[in-house]
Amino acid sequence: MNGRSRSLWVLAVVGLLYVAVGVLQSWPLALTILNDGLIVAITALGVNMQWGYAGLFNVGVSGFFALGGLAVVLVSMPLDPQAWSAGTPRLLVALVILALVIFAAMRLYRVLGAGWLRIVSLIVFIGVGVTVFRTVFNPAAKAVEAINAAVTGNIGGLGLPVPFSFIVAAAFAAAAGWAVAKIALGLRSDYLAIATLGIGQIIISVLMNESWLDRGVKNVVGISRWPVPEEVRLQKQPWFIDLAHTLGMHLTTTSTVFVGLCFAALFTAILLVILLLAELSLRSPWGRMMRAIRDNEVAAEAMGKDVKRRHLQVFVLGCAVIGIAGALFVMLHGLFSPVNYNDALRYTFLIWSMVILGGSGNNLGSVLGALIIMLIWDEAGSVGPHLFALLTSPLADGPLKTHLINSAVEMRLPAVGLVLLLVLRFSPKGLLPER
Amino acid sequence: MNILDAIVVLLNYVIIPATSYGAQLALGALGVTLIYGILRFSNFAHGDTMAFGTAVTILITWAFQAAGITFGPLPTALLALPLGIAVTALVLLFTDRAVYRFYRRKKAAPVILVIVSMGVMFVMNGLTRLIIGVQDQNFADGQRFIINAFQFRKMTGLAQGLALRTTSVITLLTAIIVVAALFWFLNHTRTGKSMRAFADNEDLALLSGINPERVVTVTWLLVAGLATTAGVLYGLDKSFMPFTYFQLLLPIFAAAVVGGLGNPLGAIVGGFVVAFSEVMSTYAWRMVAAYVLPRSLVPGGLMQLLTTDYKFAVSFAILVAVLLFKPTGIFKGKSV
Repeated sequence: MNGRSRSLWVLAVVGLLYVAVGVLQSWPLALTILNDGLIVAITALGVNMQWGYAGLFNVGVSGFFALGGLAVVLVSMPLDPQAWSAGTPRLLVALVILALVIFAAMRLYRVLGAGWLRIVSLIVFIGVGVTVFRTVFNPAAKAVEAINAAVTGNIGGLGLPVPFSFIVAAAFAAAAGWAVAKIALGLRSDYLAIATLGIGQIIISVLMNESWLDRGVKNVVGISRWPVPEEVRLQKQPWFIDLAHTLGMHLTTTSTVFVGLCFAALFTAILLVILLLAELSLRSPWGRMMRAIRDNEVAAEAMGKDVKRRHLQVFVLGCAVIGIAGALFVMLHGLFSPVNYNDALRYTFLIWSMVILGGSGNNLGSVLGALIIMLIWDEAGSVGPHLFALLTSPLADGPLKTHLINSAVEMRLPAVGLVLLLVLRFSPKGLLPER
Repeated sequence: MNILDAIVVLLNYVIIPATSYGAQLALGALGVTLIYGILRFSNFAHGDTMAFGTAVTILITWAFQAAGITFGPLPTALLALPLGIAVTALVLLFTDRAVYRFYRRKKAAPVILVIVSMGVMFVMNGLTRLIIGVQDQNFADGQRFIINAFQFRKMTGLAQGLALRTTSVITLLTAIIVVAALFWFLNHTRTGKSMRAFADNEDLALLSGINPERVVTVTWLLVAGLATTAGVLYGLDKSFMPFTYFQLLLPIFAAAVVGGLGNPLGAIVGGFVVAFSEVMSTYAWRMVAAYVLPRSLVPGGLMQLLTTDYKFAVSFAILVAVLLFKPTGIFKGKSV
C-alpha cells in the first residue's frame, strides 16, 4: 500500500468513526468531539513541526496553548474605561519598566567582565529595578482588581473581533517560545524538555494568579465568538425556526448542530491552511534542510547550515501554531479558565501521544492521530463506566466494585500511555509514516 | 531588637522547612541522576514513580493501622516503607524488562527514551489514580511534634515559639541514613564500583566483564528505594496528592541539573540549593526584620520577594541560570 492510499484509508476510517458516534449516540456529541479534535489537531501540527521536523522536545505545550487563550481575552473582551482610568496605563508603564530592567541587565552582563564585580552589580541593579517596578505596579494592579470584582476586575480587552486575536495568540506563544529556546537550545536535547516543562508551569501559574490580567481563577466568561452565531439568538430567528421545522428536528438540537457545524467549518478551514503551509514548507528546500539537520546535525553543520538558528526558527513557528490552537479553544468554549490548563497530562502529553501515534514528521498523520485520540479520550468518559460495569459484573456489589466503576474515566490515562508505548515499540513510524 | 527571637522565627519558617524539603528533593534528584548516569536519559516518569511508591505505602499503612500495628510515637508509614519499596521495585523492574530494555539493546537516542518515559508516566499515573484516587491523603500518625510552640515558649520565655515537627526530624534522619548507605554502596562494594565504572565509560566497563543487565537491575532497585522514600517523606511532611508529585518533577530536575546531571553528590547539593532558594524567596521577611532592625527602620511591606504561588518560578530561574552560565552544573555532571 503506498503512502497516499494509506492516508486515504486512515482518513476514511476516522471519518466513519465520527459518523458512527453521530448515528449511535448523537450528532451534537459527535460535533463536540470533532471540534475538540480539530483544535488539538492544530496543536499537534505545531508539536509535529518541532518534533517531526527538527527533533525538538517541547513539554510546555499547555503553557503556549494557554497563552493563545489569553490573547483572545485581551483582544476581544470589551474595553473597560473604568479600569483604564484606574490603572491600566500605569500597569503598561510598569511592564515596560520590567522589560527595560531585564534588557539592561542582559546588556550589563555582557559589558562587565567576569568576576565578583559583575555578580554584585547585577544583583544590586536587578534589586533596584524590581523595586521600582513593584512600586509602580502594585497599586495599579490593586486598583484595577478592585473595580467591580465580581464581574470584571481586570484590565479588559481591546473590543476587537475574535479573529484578530489569532495573530496576537501566535505572537504571544512565539515570544515565549523564543525566550525558552534561546536559553535551552544548543545544549543537550533533554535540557530543552526540562526548560519547556518549567516555562509551561510558570505561564499557567501567572495566568492563575495575576487577576488584574485575566481574572485568574475567577475565569473570564462570555467571550465573543464572532463570526459564529450564538444558539440563543438563532432560536429566535424566523428563518431558523422554519429550517428546524422543515428538517423535523427539535429547535435546540438544530441550533446546537448548526453552531457546531459553523465551528467545525471554521476550524477545518484554519487547519487546512496551516496543514497546506506546513506541507509546502516541508517539501521546499527549507524542509529538506530541516530534515537533514534532524537526521545528522554534524553533517548539516559541516555543510554550513546554522543548526541552532534553524532550530530556534522552527521551535518559534511551532509555538505560534500552538498559540493559534489555544485561541480557537477559548473561542469555542467562550470561556478562559486558567485552572483548566493545569492538567499537563491532558494539554501536553496527550498531544504528544497524538503526534507519535499519527507518525512523527507526517503532518496529516498528526491530524488524524489527534482526531483518533480525542475520540477515545472523550468517549472514555461516556462509555468507560458502562464498560467497567460490564467487566466487573461477576463481582459482588461493594466498595471495590464502586471504586472500580468510578475510576473508569481515569483509565483513559493509562490507555493512552499504553497506546503510546505500543506504537513506539512495534510501529515507531506511526500510522502514517513520514515520506 | 531581639536577636534570639529572630533566630527562632528564622528556624521555624525558613531553616527547618527548607532543610526537610531540601532532603526530600535531594532524594528525588538522586533517583533522577542515577538513571541519567547509568541509563542515560532524563526520566519524566520519576514524579509519578514517587507518587506510585507513596500510594502503595499508604495502602500498606492503612492495612497496618487496621490490624492495630503502630510504630509507637513514629508514623506507621515508616514500617510500611520497606514493603512499599519492594512493590515499587517489582513494578520498576517489570517496566524495565517490558519497556526500556528494548530501546537499550537498540541503543536508541536519549530523546526517544525520554518519550518512552513519558508513556510510562501516563501508565504509572493511571495506576496511582486507580489504586488510591486523586484526592488529598493525609497519612501521618504518631506524635506530631517533638517540641511544640507552646512548650518552647514556656521553656525559654521567648516571645516566639519554636515548633519542631516529628516529620521534619524523621525526614532529615532518614535522608542522612539513605544517602550514607548509598554512598557507601557506590564507593565500597563491588556492585557499586561496577555501577560507577559503567556510568563513566560503558565500553570499558563491558570490556572488563561487567554485566550491564545486572548494573541496570541494581540501578532500578536503588531508584525504587530513593523514589519511594522521597515520596513518603514528602507525603508525611505535607500531604499526598498525585498531582503535586507530578509537579515536583520541575524542582527535582532543577536540583539534578544544578548539581550536574549524573553526579550523586551534586544532586544532594542541588536539592538543598533549590529548596533554600524557594523557601527564602517566598518567605515574608518582615517578622525577622521586625526583631532585628530598630523599629524606625522596619519597612511597611511584607518583604516577600514572590508569593508562594510562584515557587515554580524559583526552580525555573535557578535552572535557567545554570543552563546559561554553567550547563554542566556545580559539580561537573556528564555531557552537556
